[in-house]
Amino acid sequence: MLAARSFAAPARQCLRRAAAAKSWAPALAQSQARCYAIPADEKVAKFKGTKGNDGKYTVTLIEGDGIGPEIAQSVKDIYSAANVPIKWESVDVTPILKDGKTVIPDAAIDSVTKNYVALKGPLATPIGKGHVSLNLTLRRTFNLFANVRPCKSIAGYKTPYDGVDTVLIRENTEGEYSGIEHVVVDGVVQSIKLITKEASERVLRFAFQYAEETGRNKVRAVHKATIMKMSDGLFLSLARDLAKEYPKVEFDAELLDNTCLKMVTDPTPYNDKVLVMPNLYGDILSDLCAGLIGGLGLTPSGNIGDECSIFEAVHGSAPDIAGKQLANPTALLLSSIMMLQHMGLTEHADNIQRAIFAVLKEGKTITGDLGGKSKTYEYADAVIKALK
Amino acid sequence: MLSRTSQRTAQTLLRGARPVSRCVAGPSMTARTMATVNQDIFKPTKFGGKYTVTLIPGDGIGAEVSESVREIFKADNVPVEWEQIDVSGVETGNKHSEELFREAIASLKRNKIGLKGILHTPIERSGHQSFNVALRQELDIYASIVLIKNIPGYETRHKNVDFCIIRENTEGEYSGLEHQSVSGVVESLKIITRAKSERIAKFAFAFALANNRKKVTCIHKANIMKLADGLFRNTIKKVGEDYPTIETNDMIVDNASMQCVSRPQQFDVMVMPNLYGGILSNIGAGLVGGPGIVPGCNMGRNVAVFEPGCRHVGLDIKGKDQANPTALVLSAAMMLRHLGLDDHANRISQSVYKVIEEGNSRTRDMGGNATTHEFTRAILNQMEKA
Repeated sequence: MLAARSFAAPARQCLRRAAAAKSWAPALAQSQARCYAIPADEKVAKFKGTKGNDGKYTVTLIEGDGIGPEIAQSVKDIYSAANVPIKWESVDVTPILKDGKTVIPDAAIDSVTKNYVALKGPLATPIGKGHVSLNLTLRRTFNLFANVRPCKSIAGYKTPYDGVDTVLIRENTEGEYSGIEHVVVDGVVQSIKLITKEASERVLRFAFQYAEETGRNKVRAVHKATIMKMSDGLFLSLARDLAKEYPKVEFDAELLDNTCLKMVTDPTPYNDKVLVMPNLYGDILSDLCAGLIGGLGLTPSGNIGDECSIFEAVHGSAPDIAGKQLANPTALLLSSIMMLQHMGLTEHADNIQRAIFAVLKEGKTITGDLGGKSKTYEYADAVIKALK
Repeated sequence: MLSRTSQRTAQTLLRGARPVSRCVAGPSMTARTMATVNQDIFKPTKFGGKYTVTLIPGDGIGAEVSESVREIFKADNVPVEWEQIDVSGVETGNKHSEELFREAIASLKRNKIGLKGILHTPIERSGHQSFNVALRQELDIYASIVLIKNIPGYETRHKNVDFCIIRENTEGEYSGLEHQSVSGVVESLKIITRAKSERIAKFAFAFALANNRKKVTCIHKANIMKLADGLFRNTIKKVGEDYPTIETNDMIVDNASMQCVSRPQQFDVMVMPNLYGGILSNIGAGLVGGPGIVPGCNMGRNVAVFEPGCRHVGLDIKGKDQANPTALVLSAAMMLRHLGLDDHANRISQSVYKVIEEGNSRTRDMGGNATTHEFTRAILNQMEKA
């Protein structure tokens, strides 16, 4: 079933391309153009959901563990106050073992597949052997190939860095996190970093489209092709090739070392760029950016796939403060705003985002992690009052 | 086999505490702080009262900043004879570069000590391994040390930063093993071995002990790369048990980079595989003021090569007389300490710090407008005063 589909897609695409070009492309040209995962004329990872009978979109809600339910409640409250046309469908993703593999329950998979979009709170990964992290399982189950991590300085919360506004897009399925490792002989381990044309191209296209849509109009690929000439070299050369298809977007590339250095020295030159990179570099740099603005409690994240997308808070589940109404729901709220933008509900997104930033800037009703004294629900109420 | 090595390390440390009797370089060797593990293993040669040191200026700003070091050394009458070899990684079209590279290796093997700028690595040329990496692998200079410390008087966003990064230099992601299984599918191998992890672990702990550091943090990504980074982490942990006076902990690399920009004061000694070292040394350099001021060195069993800590070529400001020679000068001062020439080392490094603190002469990367020459001149003047 899968194999048949993936064969059919390139074939269709070749035909489409040939038709568009209106000139018979010889075999050579065809072989260059084919085997793209996504046709150039279609948007990567477009939201496919439709409104239900009641005029509302259904969104899967994975509340998560620890502080998850509290912060999810804040999101629900704010959304109903803002009249966002969204109906939540809560599911449980506690992993089960099926044929010796860690999988998430079918009900959860069905829900996400049906709704095309989900919002997810923090999940606690069970510590112990043999457990694949649940986040990784979700990413693999739904083939969420791109991780979008915007980081924006929050007025009212002072860090050594001002005016940060970065966007990072990270390849999410392969690279250093391919999970292919083996012990060659005792004491010698090989870990394989896998870079494929298909996955790289998919995430690069997404980056270029994201740049076009958000008006940042500059894409920078971060790589280490001086050392990893073939793997990162492939990523880089694909980026250079694809850049030609997006003439409106300015493209350049930068060595990982330079990015790290410049980002820490002064992040503001990155404010007009979209950074795109393989898995590990993206993981490190996105957390670094979060550090610039004050930690993971303030940064949203979106995992984008062709079929469906999951927006999540990337911070931990903080079991020590669970149930005490001390948690800060900002990360999950900002993630939900990314979700609204993805769904095309930009007006609602702007409204809520403005309210959140206003409350944070005012600094009267903020949670303990930001130096305030308010409870989670008090913060949510303040946001509701600030809505238009 | 492995137990023998650890025994030797312990012996070495003990010996380091007492005056070295059979040391060629004389009594001054005892005062040394670097190269803890290797104290008695290799001895740079001294002929006619002078050490011969291999100098590889490197590409980009290399020529300018090594000229500064030469001038400073000359002014201070440092007993060092340079053996300069102009290797270059920049594509010039002649095949001579490979020959020069061999020559550099031979010279370093002979002199056992070198001062080096950074060599450019072109992306385009496939099959051309980075000279920097090749040099480290060839000479087996396995431990890279980068010192990240605020320079007094030079304000940056972060205060009281003082940590050092010990980086495995010869394997990991920089193994250089890559292949294309089918078109469009590339595999790149990261190799982690117990032997090399153990070696770097011992180095890190011995370094911490010798330099009065309290804590060693192992940086890894063992939650994802369970076998490779898992082996590295476990090895560090195991070696750490032999050093009860030093606190050991570990941190995942993405969290470490986040902590670095939010609370860098918590770190002391960090030990990590190759690629993470590259990332964190650059983050660290960003914290304290850029690649122009961060010194570093690479230690092996037989050879020590001193080079700027975060390895930037600086091709963009080549020949403009803008480069900051501080990183290379401080690396050279580290080298002098390694040779036991502490008086010279202290005079030179203190003069550099003084000039920066006074702030009248600073290069552009430090917010001043002095040229490389003017800055060097200021250091020389300061040395005369001292």
